[in-house]
Amino acid sequence: MWPDERVARYVNDNFLAARVHVRHNPEAFKQYSERYKAPWTPTILLLDADGVEHHRIEGFLPTDDFLAQLMLGRARTAFDQAQWAESERRFREIVEQLPNSDAAPEALYWAGVAPYKATGNPVSLKATGQAFKGRYQDTPWAKKASVWT
Amino acid sequence: MKIDFRSDVERVLQEGKAEQKPVLLDFSAAPM
Repeated sequence: MWPDERVARYVNDNFLAARVHVRHNPEAFKQYSERYKAPWTPTILLLDADGVEHHRIEGFLPTDDFLAQLMLGRARTAFDQAQWAESERRFREIVEQLPNSDAAPEALYWAGVAPYKATGNPVSLKATGQAFKGRYQDTPWAKKASVWT
Repeated sequence: MKIDFRSDVERVLQEGKAEQKPVLLDFSAAPM
């Protein structure tokens, strides 16, 4: 995951990165794994500027899926901070750029929720429910969106 | 390109707050 050029560029462009290693720095690993309830490796936490967790990635993932999870974390952070337009844009980027990643159906779901949160108009939910009839039908996110149609 | 991972987590968290930049925290057992 980490040696990939796209992943490295994305991380360096969007995050400050810290690492605690279970063998090289066991005291720090114990301290932070307890603080963040993260006993397993690899676990990657995406925190906002105030140190609040918004997304976590547990276990190895192939590069595209890992990159999509990093993008999902940024989108989730914007969503949690009520930045509806920004979060929608970031969710849609995942669907457009990495449509075959495991994160894409989840991103499609939340890309429909974000404009609804901004306006209260359910048209984006209905459109998203319809979109799931054409793709990602066998995912839990299609089931969740099925009530919108 | 390599990722600029740092081991001083508290320093990184402080810089994140000061720069209003998100932080990625990696719990790793990978060979280094």
